[in-house]
Amino acid sequence: MQRDIHENHRIEIRLSGSGGQGLVLAGVILAEAMGVYEGKNVAQTQSYGPEARGGASRSDIVISDTEIHYPKTTQLDLLLSLTQESCDQYYRSLKENGILVVDSDKVRQLPSHKAFSLPFIKTAKEQAGTPVVANVVSLSAVAAIMELCPKESLLKAVLMRAPRGTEDKNRTACELGYEMGVEARRKMRERKYAFDH
Amino acid sequence: MSEVETQNKRKQLYKSNTPLLMQGNEACAWGALAAGCMFFGGYPITPSTEIAEMLARYLPQIGGHFIQMEDEIASIASVIGASVAGAKSMTATSGPGFSLMQENLGYAYMAEVPCVVVNVQRGGPSTGLPTKVAQGEMMQAKWGTHGDYFPIVLVPSSVKECFDLTIRAFNLSEKFRSPVVVLSDEVLGHMREIVSLPPQDELEIITCTRPNEPPEWYRHFEITPDYLSPMASFGEGYRFHLTGLTHDEYGFPTSKQKEIVDKLEKLRLKTARHIDEIADVRLDLMDDAHIMVLAYGSTARAARQAIRIARKKRFKVGMVQPLTIWPFPDDIVGRLLEKVDLVIVPELNQGQIIGEVKRLCQRHIKIVGLNRFDGELITPAQIVDKIKEERP
Amino acid sequence: MDQMSNVTHKYLRPKKSFPNVWCPGCGIGIAMGAMIRAIDGLGLDKNQVAVVSGIGCTARIPVYLDFNTLHTTHGRPLAFATGVKLANPKMKVIVVSGDGDLLAIGGNHFIHAARRNMDITCILVNNYIYGMTGGQYSPTTPFKKLSSTGPYGMIEQSFDPAELARTAGATFVARGTVFHASQLSRLMSQAINRHGFSFVEVISNCHTQYGRLNREGSAVKMIQWQKDHAVPVSVAAKKTPEELEDKFITGVLYEQEKPGYVEEYQKIIDRFSRESTESMVRVTES
Repeated sequence: MQRDIHENHRIEIRLSGSGGQGLVLAGVILAEAMGVYEGKNVAQTQSYGPEARGGASRSDIVISDTEIHYPKTTQLDLLLSLTQESCDQYYRSLKENGILVVDSDKVRQLPSHKAFSLPFIKTAKEQAGTPVVANVVSLSAVAAIMELCPKESLLKAVLMRAPRGTEDKNRTACELGYEMGVEARRKMRERKYAFDH
Repeated sequence: MSEVETQNKRKQLYKSNTPLLMQGNEACAWGALAAGCMFFGGYPITPSTEIAEMLARYLPQIGGHFIQMEDEIASIASVIGASVAGAKSMTATSGPGFSLMQENLGYAYMAEVPCVVVNVQRGGPSTGLPTKVAQGEMMQAKWGTHGDYFPIVLVPSSVKECFDLTIRAFNLSEKFRSPVVVLSDEVLGHMREIVSLPPQDELEIITCTRPNEPPEWYRHFEITPDYLSPMASFGEGYRFHLTGLTHDEYGFPTSKQKEIVDKLEKLRLKTARHIDEIADVRLDLMDDAHIMVLAYGSTARAARQAIRIARKKRFKVGMVQPLTIWPFPDDIVGRLLEKVDLVIVPELNQGQIIGEVKRLCQRHIKIVGLNRFDGELITPAQIVDKIKEERP
Repeated sequence: MDQMSNVTHKYLRPKKSFPNVWCPGCGIGIAMGAMIRAIDGLGLDKNQVAVVSGIGCTARIPVYLDFNTLHTTHGRPLAFATGVKLANPKMKVIVVSGDGDLLAIGGNHFIHAARRNMDITCILVNNYIYGMTGGQYSPTTPFKKLSSTGPYGMIEQSFDPAELARTAGATFVARGTVFHASQLSRLMSQAINRHGFSFVEVISNCHTQYGRLNREGSAVKMIQWQKDHAVPVSVAAKKTPEELEDKFITGVLYEQEKPGYVEEYQKIIDRFSRESTESMVRVTES
């Protein structure tokens, strides 16, 4: 079920939220899963400094089968937002038919009825035992929704970057998130929403 | 730690032929280690600090030394001191720190001490935009210190090039006994890409020729036919003198006119006579191009994409990317300018390298800048629009 | 005297660097001689001695000496010396500097080298003024004294260099004069022989600038002043503050054992020399 990233086709993803939600790390994990374990070209960038503390913080990943020339995102294929503020701020960067994925508790006002609204933070807290791994839950959902890579590659990348002692929680988070993504994608397909991008 | 032990330790650290996700700053640090760097003196400054942090961690593991000095003046001074005592040495900084280093960079140039400075450029002038990208030190790198100055300056445009050009910086600094500056920038420094490092024994590593004459005959600044002189280090029995004063071939201060001219000409000619070896220009789709985009550093990434988009719209456009920006590749760029009738120079400053292009252009053609200095990269679309605007 | 100068000659570069730049009667030559005799007395290998300086009259010392010599930029000799020492920890590194070079433009490097207890011997030739540039005031010019940039008298307070060194963390602090040349040599010998940051302040004379502006007379008269105002540590201990008011104390002023940067860093290197190095993969992924 692997999506081909066609020649000259770039996939641009932005993971956004507030500083401290672990989204820069999530971006690094995704870049590593796609670059190291899936053999794609990747470029990962992020907002730095005061901008990253409080306010909207973001981590961008460009994925391509061919050489990536311009390393930053210009038109997003997918935007993940874990706060209302970041959703409002970055929604306009999505391209037409781009996918919006948000946390259902944090983002109450959806700018589009086509958004995937899923309880990442709640799931992390209740089923993985800590809200800290919400980044891994949402990242895994994003990977599944976009059909970026098999769960195994993602899990490898997650475990490589997980701090010692948190491996189990991160594994659970990855599996939960991936399932959420697969399920969401299936439901959307049933409802025949177009999300080809 | 013995030299053999250091080599073994370096081999243990270094992983080749494995795809690794790393930042440009990390790649600079690995390049330094691969090139044989054994000393780093630095001072924390955004966005360069990761280089210092990496080397603080790794240098003691291979028997090298790291020190966080009290400021950037002290950092470059310690680097020069360490180099004089025989260690391949480097520092890393950003705009404000690079400004503070200028006097001692001139010292390293005058006293012909090899050393490498990585400047991860951020928005300026003054404190400017510490976390945002710029290419504002293109001319400072060339003219920053007082007096005539012909330094070697390299500009990478990818994480892999941060690795490659840091090694090349060490090699050139050893060969030409000169400070070499690597002008990275905030985007490159913090961006992560996949890099697979070449095996260590496949890397070309240059170390300055050592003297083979007895100490009493040794001239530390000997003027040779190719202007490159062998180099002894402190502690090897040669007991030479180094000074920032204009000096003779032994290193002793002089006010004799001939010796002054000989010294300053040597400094100029040692790079000028080897420009072919130092110059490094990448051409992209230039064979049939009528329009040239001259871009360097992270701006070249946008240009590379832009020329492909523009080609689809039937613009005959190509790109010239100098990886060595100083000495400027006059011959190569000059020849290419003969063939085009429009030049676009995108830069993350208010127009610096465009002056070099204008200087080289003998014909009356349009040379236009595309300048952005709001802390963001120039996008491919901006370059394409500029092409359309100039060639409706 | 004859024997003394024979010792000195072994360490000079007579063919290439003389005549020297100093005014007749300058104390810097005496300080240099004392340093040479200290090094000779310790039996150090010339190849393993580095002498580093900045800018100024005192900073011209290295060019005359047959060691590994590094004449650097204004104020920065300690920073250069730090690099030399770390790249070649076996080497004895000696910095010679004047009061303007070390304490004004180089003040920051001075306190930090002392704080780190960096394994360097720092010799300050204090003549209370900028000599080479023509008599401007320095951080040690005494209150009310005249200089070319303080034509109405010094209105700034001055540093006590030895006290500054001690407070900043130096582990050996001594003071001597160019009048007491033999004692000076002994103090320098002790300083060079120590680990950590050792500091010797040498009270010297600049009759050309300071002496002329403040009508303190010839070199001989100024050196005589040193003799009259120096009080050895042991004698000073028995005197009241009033009795010591216009005097200065000579000898070893302060000594302490403290870990230094070089030995502490070596411990880290040794640890890795025993253990296996961490793999790059693990680190870039942490």
